[in-house]
Amino acid sequence: MAAEDLEQMNQYLTFKLDEEVFALEIAKVREVLDFTDVTKVPQTPNFMRGVINLRGSVVPVVDMRIKFSMSEAEATVNTCIIIAEVIMDGEPSVLGALVDSVQEVLELDPDQIEPPPRIGTKLDTEFIRGMGKHNDDFIIILDINRVFSADEISLIQQNSDAAEA
Amino acid sequence: MQDAPQNAFKEEAYELLSELEDSLLELEEQPDDHDTVSKVFRAMHTIKGSGAMFGFTTISEFTHEVETVFDLVRNGELPVSKQLVDLSLKARDHILSLLDCEAEEQEQYAAQGAELVVRFQALAGGVSAPAEVVATTIVEVQKDAHKDDATTYRIRFRPARDIMHNGTSIAQLLDELAELGTCRTIAHKTNIRALDELDPEGCYASWDIILTSDCGEDAIRDVFIFVEDDCELIIKAIDIGDDDDGMDRKRLGDILIERGEISQAEIDEVLAKNKRIGDLLVEAQLVSRDQVDSALLEQQEIRKLKEKKKEKSQSASSLRVPADKLDDLVNLVGEMVTVKSRLSQVANLSHDAELLSIAEEVERLTEDLRDSTLNIRMLPIGSTFSKFKRLVRDISADLGKEVELKTTGADTELDKTVIEQLNDPLIHIIRNSMDHGIEMPDDRVAAGKSRSGQVHLSAQHSGDSVIIKITDDGKGMDSEVIRQKAISKGIIGADEQLTHNDILNLVFAPGFSTAQQVTGLSGRGVGMDVVKRAIESLRGSITLESEKGQGSVVSLRIPLTLAIIESLLVQIGDGRYVLPLSTVEECVELTAKDIRDAHGRNLARVRGHLIPYVPLREEFAIDGKLPTVQQIVITQINGQQLGFVVDNVIGEHQTVIKSLGPMYRDVQCVSGATILGDGSVALILDIVYLMQKASEDGRMQRVENE
Repeated sequence: MAAEDLEQMNQYLTFKLDEEVFALEIAKVREVLDFTDVTKVPQTPNFMRGVINLRGSVVPVVDMRIKFSMSEAEATVNTCIIIAEVIMDGEPSVLGALVDSVQEVLELDPDQIEPPPRIGTKLDTEFIRGMGKHNDDFIIILDINRVFSADEISLIQQNSDAAEA
Repeated sequence: MQDAPQNAFKEEAYELLSELEDSLLELEEQPDDHDTVSKVFRAMHTIKGSGAMFGFTTISEFTHEVETVFDLVRNGELPVSKQLVDLSLKARDHILSLLDCEAEEQEQYAAQGAELVVRFQALAGGVSAPAEVVATTIVEVQKDAHKDDATTYRIRFRPARDIMHNGTSIAQLLDELAELGTCRTIAHKTNIRALDELDPEGCYASWDIILTSDCGEDAIRDVFIFVEDDCELIIKAIDIGDDDDGMDRKRLGDILIERGEISQAEIDEVLAKNKRIGDLLVEAQLVSRDQVDSALLEQQEIRKLKEKKKEKSQSASSLRVPADKLDDLVNLVGEMVTVKSRLSQVANLSHDAELLSIAEEVERLTEDLRDSTLNIRMLPIGSTFSKFKRLVRDISADLGKEVELKTTGADTELDKTVIEQLNDPLIHIIRNSMDHGIEMPDDRVAAGKSRSGQVHLSAQHSGDSVIIKITDDGKGMDSEVIRQKAISKGIIGADEQLTHNDILNLVFAPGFSTAQQVTGLSGRGVGMDVVKRAIESLRGSITLESEKGQGSVVSLRIPLTLAIIESLLVQIGDGRYVLPLSTVEECVELTAKDIRDAHGRNLARVRGHLIPYVPLREEFAIDGKLPTVQQIVITQINGQQLGFVVDNVIGEHQTVIKSLGPMYRDVQCVSGATILGDGSVALILDIVYLMQKASEDGRMQRVENE
């Protein structure tokens, strides 16, 4: 059991946004869905795509491209929603992340992961847990709880409200 | 980590303690009510007993002391005084704190407990030990289970002198009777002759038997079937009367006390001199001691039965179920409702008659299932009301005011979660009424009112909502004072013209507090705006009426349940939205011509009235082509009408409310979501918020000026 846990700890699901490869701890990922219609909630910022019906529960979906200030893109056959479990306001909650495509499940040993660089990424380094090295490529490992921390979301919301006004 | 049985004890104890509090408060109003005293005693006794069983020795020992005092009260040796009630309420709080804390922490309460015990003992002091019970020759055979339809019979069995000559065994007869039910027998021995006249084989005694049994009179007669001719047998069912019996009939002493012509103590003194009626009759040699004992036995049996009957009617036949199991059930029913609408949709498309009839049946069953499941969660609001009695009692003591709390409609039922969430707002409103509304006793008298103020808490059904009103007969609100205050706080401008109602509603503005000084109770600035928000989060609304010098009325309108609502499904662009049906009045068409004629003002003319409307497309920034004819859904809350323009009205829909989760907690125009039959998500519009926003935007004002 313990060995399995450990193994899981080192497994990551990689996905693509634009040309960049990101990764999420597999333990946080519940499932991957094909892109479906998302119901937009009025008066919310753009990155909050809306809500979907996940077997009877209403689950919010976040557009990761917009969240990370990338250009918007049309949905393709590869577009997916990764359903992840995050801690929001100290309570576990389920959330969907809209991504361009899902790649693979990777195993990365801790020594393959380097601390986040201070400069050189477009992203706020606060969201990054580390940089994984795989076949000479770097994968950005996200700290999912930070990405979706409610403070962050309401902060952005306030900004967008201010921008609208 | 505590064991399950200990938790069970705690749960039971909490319940008993709240019952105890109610009973004590009741006792304060009616100190002579014997039933209430017994209730208090029973609660104490159970806490003591089970406390000891589950290792809560501190609680058990403490409760024992209190129980001892109430034993005296129950035996009529100690009168119920305010002092006693005060002390008992303190004791109840003490037991509660003992229950709440961990075993190690109990030490810190020890001193408090000891002090209470000393005071209880002082109260009980001077009262002699209860008189010893006189032993009687009673054959008591208990058969468990008093059946529901058990009847009590008085059987008088007077055998012929020579009954034993033919070998009849009276002992056997009596044993046989005892097998039929609970049987108490008393023998009359007065006819027994002196020894020289005595026929050793003759039977001189006769028997009175009080039998409680669910077998009919015939079964009893059957016992005596072989001796019927040799004895005198009277079997009579005793009417134990209705429970309410005797409540209305007042005893002479009570009436005299009420009229203030005599005190309880004086009556007790006189009564003590008196002998009991039984003793008097025996002395006068009108009846024998045995006959009196027999009658007493009958009396006892009836009393026991009545108590049993009462207990039974109180406990009804109920089941204790953990609340989360019920929540799960409600969730499942919610999913069921969703699947049902999907089935109906598929069936309607298929044009298959058989499938359609199945779908209809499922629809009907699901509706019944939904109603009964939601019904399970309905609780009478009275449980909350009784908590407030204590609150009012404590606060009035703190404030030095005299306040009486009246409640009506305690049996009005509301969803459990709604009741729980109503608790804090209600406490706040009641505190406000008592603190700011009710005047000091002397001021009241000066104003020509009764010394003690009244706070009236009432609940009643109204459609799919419950209306809760908190009325006080205090000094009311001075609209001028409120106005000045709002101006000084910058909530309104100095020259703003407002109606009386608008001014009153300023009380709900954030940061408004009417108290001139901050007291420990209310007026800390977290006043009515918090209450208002709490009520709105329950999808309810709050209104305030007040007349200076006459008191105020706070009315809350709360929906019956939070889980499933009837609603109207509408469409705007690709999105679908639902509006609670309770707020919807009617739907009217809005054509392009209507819009042109209105000259840019969002007003619709409906049967001669102008009703403002909000184009939701604009409000929600939804793109797309407008249909040629739009629909206006006209809603009404608290007398205010507002239309919402939508593309299309789809129809009625049973909406299972789902939360949007923490991510959307700041979104105000939508209060939740629901899943439609085709699996897509529809958003539930927060009409109260949208209406408020429209009035802030000035849409409402415009119509008033027309």
